[in-house]
Amino acid sequence: MEKETCNFSFCSKPTIEEIETDLLLIGGGMACCGAAFEGARWANPKKMKITMVDKAATDRSGAVAMGLSAINTYMGDNDPVDYVKMVRNDLMGIIREDLVYDLGRHVDDSVQLFEEWGLPIWKMGDDGFSLDGFQAKEAGKTMLKDGGKPVRSGKWQIMINGESYKVIVAEAAKKALETNRAATGEKTNHYERVFIVKLYNDAKEPNRVAAAAGFSVRENKIYIFRAKAMVLAAGGAVNVFRPRSTQEGQGRAWYPVWNSGSGYALGLQAGAELTMMENRFVPARFKDGYGPVGAWFLFFKAKATNSLGEDYCINPEALAEAKAKYGKYVDNLGTAIRNHLMMRDMKLGKGPILMRTDEAMAAINKTFKEKLGDKEGAKKVKHLEAEAWEDFLDMAIGQAGLWAAQNIEPDKTPSEIMPTEPYLLGSHAGCAGFWCCGPDDLGAPEEWNKKWPAGNYNRSSTVKGLFMCGDICGASGHKFSSGSHAEGRIAAKSAIAFILDNPNYKPTINETADHLAAELYLPFEVYEKYKTLTTDPLINPNYIRPKMLQTRLQKISDEYFGGISTWYMTSKTMLDAGLQKLQVLKEDTSKMAASNLHELMRCWENYHRILSVEAHARHILFREESRYPGYYYRGDFDKIDDTNWKCFVNSKYDIATDKWEVKKVPYVQLVEDAAPVKH
Amino acid sequence: MPSYVITEKCDGCKAQDKTACQYICPNDLMTLNRDLMKAFNQEPEQCWECYNCVKICPQQAIEIRAYQDFAPLGANVIPMRGTDSIMWTIKFRNGILKRFKFPIRTTVEGSVDPFKGKPEVDMAKLKQPGFFTTTKAMPVIKK
Repeated sequence: MEKETCNFSFCSKPTIEEIETDLLLIGGGMACCGAAFEGARWANPKKMKITMVDKAATDRSGAVAMGLSAINTYMGDNDPVDYVKMVRNDLMGIIREDLVYDLGRHVDDSVQLFEEWGLPIWKMGDDGFSLDGFQAKEAGKTMLKDGGKPVRSGKWQIMINGESYKVIVAEAAKKALETNRAATGEKTNHYERVFIVKLYNDAKEPNRVAAAAGFSVRENKIYIFRAKAMVLAAGGAVNVFRPRSTQEGQGRAWYPVWNSGSGYALGLQAGAELTMMENRFVPARFKDGYGPVGAWFLFFKAKATNSLGEDYCINPEALAEAKAKYGKYVDNLGTAIRNHLMMRDMKLGKGPILMRTDEAMAAINKTFKEKLGDKEGAKKVKHLEAEAWEDFLDMAIGQAGLWAAQNIEPDKTPSEIMPTEPYLLGSHAGCAGFWCCGPDDLGAPEEWNKKWPAGNYNRSSTVKGLFMCGDICGASGHKFSSGSHAEGRIAAKSAIAFILDNPNYKPTINETADHLAAELYLPFEVYEKYKTLTTDPLINPNYIRPKMLQTRLQKISDEYFGGISTWYMTSKTMLDAGLQKLQVLKEDTSKMAASNLHELMRCWENYHRILSVEAHARHILFREESRYPGYYYRGDFDKIDDTNWKCFVNSKYDIATDKWEVKKVPYVQLVEDAAPVKH
Repeated sequence: MPSYVITEKCDGCKAQDKTACQYICPNDLMTLNRDLMKAFNQEPEQCWECYNCVKICPQQAIEIRAYQDFAPLGANVIPMRGTDSIMWTIKFRNGILKRFKFPIRTTVEGSVDPFKGKPEVDMAKLKQPGFFTTTKAMPVIKK
């Protein structure tokens, strides 16, 4: 089929604004808010310009837009070495321990700042019961920065009243950007509702990023940002596999539905090396509402069982069977293995799997009444019930709505849990992302820092001037919200050092502004060219609308790359067949059609999703083992094979030839093994 | 769980400098029908039920109706977000009502002064681990 081009014969040409800056922050979530805060402080005395560009409104953008009920990464008295062990265990043995340790030693500072800025953090009361953020303040409890003790729901998690978590963090970032405007005399350095579509490399240095192009989602305007360095934190990839929900329920993804793989697609098109893109996350969550289970497991000590009341994680037959394939990784019962055991029971017809919230509440009720007497005990139970509802209302409000619609009171009725469709991300319990430079003081190989091709700058990608953080810095999961903020700070500080080391650099690109505008507005041109051919512009043989582009992608990934319809099973033959179909879908993207700015964003978001999925599939194809049982299975290599595959898988995409190079990179252990788990 | 706008209550934010729901929606769903001067959700199947439009609406004109592919009718969850706390009213299908109030912030909105009382940067430490706020030596992995 002939490719479509845009020369503005049919759609009108947008205005073009070109902006020169020093450090460009792409994204407005936790990571870029951290980057703005730290970056501005270092940039201001040098009068360096920082510019943030966010596709939404920063107060409520990114993965924390709804709020959160806990901060999952706070060291407190813990040793970051133990944090590395936990992350390594949960991610099946292969992580960048330098990056993870580095995150662990930095993260607390961000959490302490959040509390100073106004985030309410639970503290332990004198009676051994928890106080919410207000009660703790009124009781004069010590702040975290002064050694105050948070309420732990697990070893690493602390409880918060986090409805306004993102609003508070954004406020600090916006104020920091304001100080940068004052220092540089710039009028504007914060662009909301501008969607970045593509990065462009330098005209003279091909492996250096020089510009980013995007468009306003509110007016007919293209933005071209030229920058000396960029911090990229545009999120993971959601709605890339066919979801369990159908029709209007598709929005109820577990991870935020607006994470469209832009982080991956922008970086990989610039030529940045990826790592562990075979990794994915399949969380087991409350069915359909996808409400969090962490607090129920850790804080309320609820058990999950099959419908016969059996704990599927202690079934000796299932464990022996798993051990024969996945070896020692079964012993620690990480998230992937628990998923695997749950699905085994589901396939045997022992579902639905139930979270025994009723039994947990009954046990708590009994303990409290024995300890405190009937009246005081009942009061504390009521407080606890409110805490359980807050867990949903802070971060998955729809789950509260679903319980209400189903008349589920958690103290009376257990609730179904279910493994979701797959997600690609690197800040929660996954590690798909870019191969990044690490710190040079932790004993890591020099190839990971001092000998880094783009220079020894922490969190630099393999492309000069392009720094990664949050969901897209790879092989270093379990950062969560606080870790993403801290990593944004690390990346921004490092990017400032890079800019100062290259004082005479002036970014230039080969492409003209008109060329970029034509590239970005192609879906408008296609739509306007053909729309009158049929009586219903939705159905037209000459183009594909963004909704159907997404649907086709989801169907391919679901059926060939190990989605829910095959119980996460794939193989070489399936991957090969799926990749062929994906290639054709990529060709069809030259016929994406948009009737308005909202759809134009959807077109390019889905283009980003397609590239993210391609990276994912190519990595799964290359790794001939099943490293993450419970997340995906290679039917042709259904075992964990440490002899051949205890290594990173890295890849690089060449945009000029549309070809991928995939390779093994040795894993290096920096932190000693954890003590064996006793059963 | 898509958001919906109650016709009678929505005034298109005529008196404001921008349409609040349109401004805040993280997924660019809320939009204004300029003929009617009423907002609506243009793509309900991409709604994450984050409630940011519900919380920000000055007229309380926006509510959420549960996704009908899995949720039965008859329940609702309604927030009332104040300056320092939020009130929730949950109505079950069977009529049970639950009300909760939770803190949302301990400082006045807009009062964050990010660098107040914080150390100035020491450019000599730019390439060392730690932030500009770091005062203690950063730990390393002990062998």
